[in-house]
Amino acid sequence: MNTSENKNKGAQYHGKLIAKLLFFGVGMFAFAMFLMPPLYDVFCEITGLNGKTGGRYTASLSDMTVENHNRDRSIKVQFIANNNETMPWEFRPNESSVTVEPTQVKQVSYFALNPTQIDMVGQAVPSVVPFEAAQYFHKTECFCFQNQPLSAGEQADLVLQFIIDPDIPDHIHTITLAYTIFDITQYSMNETSGSGIARATH
Amino acid sequence: MGLTQLTRCYWLVPVSFLFSNTAVAEETVPRWQTNMTEGVTAVSRDIYGLHMDIFWWCVGIGVVVFGVMFYSMIVHRKENGAKSANFHESTALEILWTIIPFVILVIMAVPATSSLIKIYDTREADVDVVITGYQWKWKYEYLGEEVSFFSNLSTSQDEIYNRIDKNPNYLLEVDNPLVIPTDTKVRFLITANDVIHAWWVPAFAVKKDAIPGFINEAWTYVEEPGIYRGQCAELCGKDHGFMPIVVEAKSPEDYALWIGEQKTAAAKVRELTNKTFSFSELMERGEQVYQSSCAACHQADGQGVPGVFPAIAKSAIATGDISEHLSMVVFGSRENPAMQAFGEQLPESDLAAVITYQRNAFGNNMGDTIQPIDILTYKTQSE
Amino acid sequence: MAHGPAQGVTRWFFTTNHKDIGTMYLWFSFSMFFIGGFFALVIRAELFEPGLQIIEPEFFNQMTTLHGLIMVFGAVMPAFVGLANWMIPIMIGAPDMALPRMNNWSFWILPFAFAILLSTLFMEGGAPNFGWTFYAPLSTTYAPPSVTFFIVAVHIMGASSIMGAINIIATILNMRAPGMTLMKMPLFVWTWLITAYLLIAVMPVLAGVVTMMLMDIHFGTSFFDAAGGGDPVLFQHVFWFFGHPEVYIMILPAFGIVSAIIPTFARKPLFGYASMVYATASIAFLSFIVWAHHMFTVGIPLAGELFFMYATMLIAVPTGVKVFNWVTTMFRGSLTFETPMLFSVAFVILFTIGGFSGLMLAIAPADFQYHDTYFVVAHFHYVLVPGAIFSITAAVYYWLPKWCGNMYNELMGKTHFWMAFIGLNLTFFPMHFVGLAGMPRRIPDYALQFADFNMISSCGAFLFGGAQLLFLFNVVRTIRSSKKATDEVWEKPTGLEWELPTPAPYHTFSTPPVIR
Repeated sequence: MNTSENKNKGAQYHGKLIAKLLFFGVGMFAFAMFLMPPLYDVFCEITGLNGKTGGRYTASLSDMTVENHNRDRSIKVQFIANNNETMPWEFRPNESSVTVEPTQVKQVSYFALNPTQIDMVGQAVPSVVPFEAAQYFHKTECFCFQNQPLSAGEQADLVLQFIIDPDIPDHIHTITLAYTIFDITQYSMNETSGSGIARATH
Repeated sequence: MGLTQLTRCYWLVPVSFLFSNTAVAEETVPRWQTNMTEGVTAVSRDIYGLHMDIFWWCVGIGVVVFGVMFYSMIVHRKENGAKSANFHESTALEILWTIIPFVILVIMAVPATSSLIKIYDTREADVDVVITGYQWKWKYEYLGEEVSFFSNLSTSQDEIYNRIDKNPNYLLEVDNPLVIPTDTKVRFLITANDVIHAWWVPAFAVKKDAIPGFINEAWTYVEEPGIYRGQCAELCGKDHGFMPIVVEAKSPEDYALWIGEQKTAAAKVRELTNKTFSFSELMERGEQVYQSSCAACHQADGQGVPGVFPAIAKSAIATGDISEHLSMVVFGSRENPAMQAFGEQLPESDLAAVITYQRNAFGNNMGDTIQPIDILTYKTQSE
Repeated sequence: MAHGPAQGVTRWFFTTNHKDIGTMYLWFSFSMFFIGGFFALVIRAELFEPGLQIIEPEFFNQMTTLHGLIMVFGAVMPAFVGLANWMIPIMIGAPDMALPRMNNWSFWILPFAFAILLSTLFMEGGAPNFGWTFYAPLSTTYAPPSVTFFIVAVHIMGASSIMGAINIIATILNMRAPGMTLMKMPLFVWTWLITAYLLIAVMPVLAGVVTMMLMDIHFGTSFFDAAGGGDPVLFQHVFWFFGHPEVYIMILPAFGIVSAIIPTFARKPLFGYASMVYATASIAFLSFIVWAHHMFTVGIPLAGELFFMYATMLIAVPTGVKVFNWVTTMFRGSLTFETPMLFSVAFVILFTIGGFSGLMLAIAPADFQYHDTYFVVAHFHYVLVPGAIFSITAAVYYWLPKWCGNMYNELMGKTHFWMAFIGLNLTFFPMHFVGLAGMPRRIPDYALQFADFNMISSCGAFLFGGAQLLFLFNVVRTIRSSKKATDEVWEKPTGLEWELPTPAPYHTFSTPPVIR
């Protein structure tokens, strides 16, 4: 009777407000799902949060403001290797540390061996401390840019080439670079260009 | 909060019973500790000071606020004939009690900021230790020294299940403690192998999350030689409560000796690998390894936990083809991440012993043995 | 015009009446409170002594997880929604909620959500065991298979909360009686309006984070998996972006309740009404920019750490204003201490203690020692038990006579209060000590030096649990008793609900009241 009419009127009356609130809610969902992850990545790259380093460094040396910097300065770069769980590869840096000057192009390598009887694919994830140094550590060539397939028993020297930006703050004397190697054989079997590794940009 | 016992800090008590199971006098367990430890580093004392300052500010504010409140509750009771006033607004008061707390906060923030800046300065460390969290143990690796080892809980299952008396370091003791030099800046590079853990030693005021795939850094400068204990501080699964941290700080001279010994010991392990063991030797060693590395999940009697951890007794793997068994123990399960790859965690001699044990205990009676050298061959067969 | 409720059980299935739905919400939350409380007692029983006695670590983790989830999403939130359903239309002079059918729907999906969540206990691999904060990758790669059911349950709870929030906002903004301006609304209505906005802002974020988990587990994405370019720390940022406002969702309505009760028993108007509204709004705003204080040890750059520390400390300012206002309301009043007042006074004292430990936790360097210890457990239980639970209890004692028409037994109410008050402090105060002494949270067994305080905590927990049985008995007895309450119930309380007859008729304010 009366009351149900009132309710129907009510729904129309509230329509605009409900639409706004729903839109707000859906917007927040989209924000969490689609905006926060990329925003976080950008944030990490700027601040070096988690020691995430950028992708391939393509700018040339001449872009660097070399003039005003002390050329004698040297920086120690340490290398660490970790295996994530269930990753049976042997994985280690070939040299545990090197000393470089900013702007000097340096090439080092990691040793990897697949001791199992199956063909596998690995993905190395880099992490730099201090976080502050991450944005001054440029990789011009890195095995972490792609995944690394190794057939059963295969071994390889994986190459990393980097330059340290001359803008690096004076108080940083040591940079530690860690690679963790993950087993992504299953991801890459399922879908060669799938979403599983689509976000693997560094 | 326990104002009479502010200085009791059990973390500082150097304890000589590290590897002993015998019940010891009660008084070695500090009881009724009510406050944070002052610790043994400049940073930990800083943090303790900060903690106490803020605590006293809170006490002061509490006395004023609760004082007014209890005064009203006692004096302004209806049964005492109190008539209610009718005031209900005062902008001046509102502004006043917005500004005063704000000023107090600023006073608190100043020392907090300077402490934080100090803590973040990880430069110029003389010793670097890579700490990796595993479910449920820690691995320590001395960067540039080629010394690395796992550190497992050494409390026996008998103590945990109340079958025997608990020793004073119950749940805070490990087989291989981390050893660091005193009077030296030691940097910790912290990461994890599986899930997130957190490495915490209260006496150093160092707590940092160990995150798989990424490294974090922290540092300490210990002044007093001693044994310092801590625990994992991030829920990491079933045995989160059973992966303690023990750090032994030695004088730089003792530390140098120790590191030298470790290098020799590593050589000895390589030697053991080439030795051939008898069946009973393997079984004896295998049982020890099983209890420290396997029993937490598969249980001491090999029966597992139905639906969670498979049984070893009569299992298809432990009573099947030995190469499948080897692959499972050395490389872990590819389907079930809970079954870790023990290949890198245990020396070949232990692996051979535990596999032999699993195949011949719990009524499995397979009768076959495997030697350390076989494991090594298996691991590097393709080289 | 006025007609009563339909007869039989179908009344409850099909009802669109705000009072019926409010009642169902309250009973639902009460039953969840007992289930979550039972889990807490299982935890405390295991922690009574060092060593493993009753349950295995695996099951212990399931208990801590379910205790947290059920108390947060099953007990506290539905109780506040139930109170909102009952009281908001009456307090603003509206005949019902704005969207009565959606109201029915948002309640009735809740029992299904919790049936799904609780059914995971009987699944192979057990219930979720990764803590109520379900950090990845423990809750993704390493989770038991039941995690999928957990995700579905969270989605349903989220949908229910969002519908409830939309309904409450529409009711408050569109259905106020003529003359009921925003600044004349009781504070309970104000705090709920702000809470509802918080819910719509953050429940979708929770839905987003569990959806990302679901995709990582079943559809091969890598939001939280470093192997695929994701990051487990991202999980924590998204979770706490939801999680911090969530803790204010559980406390803001409590502020509203206490702001209604204290003036009644002080016989004096609430001090600083306008500043209470502004303080609530600023707390809500600040809740969005402090989330990373839950993650001080995760490895955040110095500047970030400082920002989140300062922002968190700032929350003390508006919270302090509220406490000062309540105390000043009591000052020079004419106080009596009936059960609702006892619970409200205890709320102010204990919530303030929880606030102090919160301030200590905000100090980032000190947090390196407090983080993930029992000090944190003590802190948030001091905020939530006397905060949320005591305020809900106070609200029930305060409004129950109006709801059912009968007066509760005052002596039993006071006994309940003292048992709960002593039990609570025995349980949670020693947790400060063991936390500072170095006991991590979420562990099923602990070192010997923590034994004495843990035993006290466990005893306190059982006392607190027993007190709640008395509460249940008192409520049931009141509903069935014949000791009628007067229309006014208390001495000259203010608010539209007290202008109604007792018990409140099934339909109220079909014609809007006159607002003075």
